[in-house]
Amino acid sequence: MPAFPAAARVALADTQLRHNLAHATRTIRDKRAAVVGEVAQWEALRLAGAAVKESALLDLDRHLEQLEERLTAAGATVHWARDAEEACAVVAAVARAHGVDEVVKVKSMATAEIGLNEALAAEGIAAWETDLAELIVQLGGDLPSHILVPAIHRNRAEIREIFRREMAAAGRPAPDDLTDEPAVLAAAARAHLREKFLRAKVGVSGANFAVAESGTLVVVESEGNGRMCLTLPEVLVSVVGIEKVVPTWEALDPLLRLLPRSSTGERMNPYTSTWSGVTPGDGPQEVHVVLLDAGRTRALADEVGRQALRCIRCSACLNVCPVYERTGGHAYGSVYPGPIGAILNPLMKGVGQAGPEGAQTDSLPYASSLCGACFEVCPVRIDIPSVLVDLRAQVVDAHRGDRGVKGEAVAMRAAAWSFSDARRLAWAERASGVAGRVLTRLGRTTLPGGRRAAGRLPGPGAAWTGARDLPAPPRESFRAWWARTRPTQEDDR
Amino acid sequence: MSAREEVLGRVRAALADVAPQARAAVAPTAPRVPERPHHEVVDLFCERVADYRAVVERCAVDELGDRVAAALAGAARVVVPPGLADVALPPGLTVVVDGEPDVLGAAELDAVDAVVTAARVGIAETGTVVLDHAPDQGRRALTLVPDLHVCVVREEQVVADVPDALPLLDPARPLTWISGPSATSDIELSRVEGVHGPRTLHVLVVADREG
Amino acid sequence: MVTCVNDAMFPETGKAVVRLLERLGVEVDFPAAQTCCAQPMVNTGYLDEAVPVVRTFVEAFDGYDAVVTPSGSCAGSARHQHAIVARRSGDPALAAAVERTAPRTYELSEFLVDVLGVVDVGAYFPHTVTYHPTCHSLRMLGVGDRPRRLLEAVRGLRLVELPGAAECCGFGGTFAVKNSDTSIAMGADKARHVRGTGAEVLVAGDNSCLVHVGGVLSRQQAGVRVVHLAEVLASTEEDAADEPPQTSPATAVGRAPLQGERTP
Repeated sequence: MPAFPAAARVALADTQLRHNLAHATRTIRDKRAAVVGEVAQWEALRLAGAAVKESALLDLDRHLEQLEERLTAAGATVHWARDAEEACAVVAAVARAHGVDEVVKVKSMATAEIGLNEALAAEGIAAWETDLAELIVQLGGDLPSHILVPAIHRNRAEIREIFRREMAAAGRPAPDDLTDEPAVLAAAARAHLREKFLRAKVGVSGANFAVAESGTLVVVESEGNGRMCLTLPEVLVSVVGIEKVVPTWEALDPLLRLLPRSSTGERMNPYTSTWSGVTPGDGPQEVHVVLLDAGRTRALADEVGRQALRCIRCSACLNVCPVYERTGGHAYGSVYPGPIGAILNPLMKGVGQAGPEGAQTDSLPYASSLCGACFEVCPVRIDIPSVLVDLRAQVVDAHRGDRGVKGEAVAMRAAAWSFSDARRLAWAERASGVAGRVLTRLGRTTLPGGRRAAGRLPGPGAAWTGARDLPAPPRESFRAWWARTRPTQEDDR
Repeated sequence: MSAREEVLGRVRAALADVAPQARAAVAPTAPRVPERPHHEVVDLFCERVADYRAVVERCAVDELGDRVAAALAGAARVVVPPGLADVALPPGLTVVVDGEPDVLGAAELDAVDAVVTAARVGIAETGTVVLDHAPDQGRRALTLVPDLHVCVVREEQVVADVPDALPLLDPARPLTWISGPSATSDIELSRVEGVHGPRTLHVLVVADREG
Repeated sequence: MVTCVNDAMFPETGKAVVRLLERLGVEVDFPAAQTCCAQPMVNTGYLDEAVPVVRTFVEAFDGYDAVVTPSGSCAGSARHQHAIVARRSGDPALAAAVERTAPRTYELSEFLVDVLGVVDVGAYFPHTVTYHPTCHSLRMLGVGDRPRRLLEAVRGLRLVELPGAAECCGFGGTFAVKNSDTSIAMGADKARHVRGTGAEVLVAGDNSCLVHVGGVLSRQQAGVRVVHLAEVLASTEEDAADEPPQTSPATAVGRAPLQGERTP
């Protein structure tokens, strides 16, 4: 995966993608704003949501032990996974133990993150995605580009083509009269997946929340595919990131109110399922829970970045992000794209690592104009801009010992040198005033209002002037004007 | 070292900088909607459920039989949970009681047109019906596989908001929170009702006996 | 604080602030020891490099009643980032100095509306204007509708709504060059919205955002001028009467040459 600026360049050139994204993010932004607007005390609700998650994280070890104990008492088998590989191995072992060659899956960020489908495929087990968008992505041999709407980059015509081309190879084919009406496409997915639900022996899910005091897992969804996977199979394996823990049943309150409004822009999502281990006579009679670390403890150890683990995966930050809206999710090179991905990936993987993968991770904290729209909508008040700035400092610090000279570091040191003493700055301004006079005489571009400007510059200046004019420096800086016109107040110049 | 010990050890190490008083800091209480008369709460519930394009009807206790019959007009085979005593089903339908004598398999459920159940709690602010799968609501699969779900909610079961509902619910039981019919917005964010769950949700809100 | 960008590139904005504040009876000083708020270093991750710059800032501004700056971004930097830099330095004296200067640092519209308590600053600017609320003013500082209220009170000014106003213009400091393609895509959309309003002038409270959007507009030959809020608020009837031909090397036209001008 190339670093963000290069990947973004590719995405920006795709006009269909930009059109699809602009339409989709605008639609969902408006829906969210409407339902958030009707909650009188939204800010107080955000504070409560942030506090619930924060208190859970600050006592995470205790809550995890309690969760394990309650789950076990309720008949579930609890597994712990240090990393993706261990988590995938647990799921594969459960599937093998039941002799199945397929599992049905609820949409789950954790299983996407650990590459579960690929790991199961390597064992000869097909993992069927059952969320409509995940199905579109899976059939299209594509990657998800959004946390909530993984196929947000596809429009209806593209989806119809994917269904017509790919459904037959995976099971029940698309009907001959398939149109690109969303209702018709959804009906085709219903028919295609129903035979899989009815025969599946093993279901795989994640969880939105895990209640420590009751051993309850919570899955929030819309389509009912989640309910199918959670209740029809005989065996259920849930892969749960350790940061999903909330201390108490009542603590679900602010989160269940915050999540749907922030996520799909609804007052409540169509279906929320909760279950605590095994219920005799109802649903899977063999229940496994995999508690997953895979970098979460690394993020937890970061004093500033820790708050990112409050994330409830609503994707509100993606939908308001001006960078995401233009580049889409693939440019971030992770199942966690957008502003939250720009902090979560570096926090979980660690910055400053060698090689192209390290460079890709290090590029993510810079994939933001720090406009702050993400913080404004985050239901659990993750201060993403502050974490981005802190991670940038970590990236720079990690590379301070590198061999070779980096232009940016030189420029920053030079700027800091001249900004540390006003006399040095004044000298630099006089130099730029000379350059300004040259430009004013030779510049071919004139800004509205009459000021001369630089057109296309060579070298490093091209990054600016490729599509933007740059005003020529003035003959006289403010500082020089002040000194000339107010000599009495002049001090040491 | 086991994965369990190692992960817990990493968690403790990661939190080494956190002062005990920071851990003890009390979470602010989530805000509540202003109290209002119960009849207004029920009105809001009906309005909000209808907003999801579910069918919502209010009726008196003695009208319930007729309303259920009307709601089931297009169905031939209906499944009911074993404990649904209050609701009389119309004649002329094939009524299957789940668990008498056997529970239905997934394929058998798929061959049923509709399901009639009670509910545990209604939440007005969000337009949500919560099932706790007691005998009058049946197993989770019952309200999932058939294409029509007729759900009977008594007015007294309706509460104002999520924080009012949680203490009434037992987390040890499986719960299903239902807000409108199955839906998706995965294609260009345009909402389509009916993917895998029931494509029609018909909620009958029954007036309190005394009122 | 004039800010490094205004000092070196947009002195007319600094002069406008001086004229405006003095017109409102404020005693204005420009401590010559000032340089930059250190935001370029902090936002790019160079915290060690930011330490001496923040030190310069607090030394230059210690002892004043208020530090006023025509930049939401720089005010935000002082209020929200200087403490981070001070903590990095490990110097308690610097941290204490930051605690003194940070809360007294105001973006211009905050200072006018909240501290001076004025909305009508006696300005005259006979143009059709659209206003872009810059991200740091809007979200980091929360200046709200203060700039709009100030603009609405300007005589002769017709304010037209900018669609998608709250959306970032794509400048973002070093983002504009590190991720120049994305930055330009954002700037192009902002410029499209600006053109759609039919306004003659785009106004904002940060010249760094204006140099970006203005640069895109200029390359598109859109014929829309960009003018800093301070320059609009500083303009008076006399300036308009002396309006020079459109050749002066200023970001703002519509007023007389300013050198040495003092309006009580």
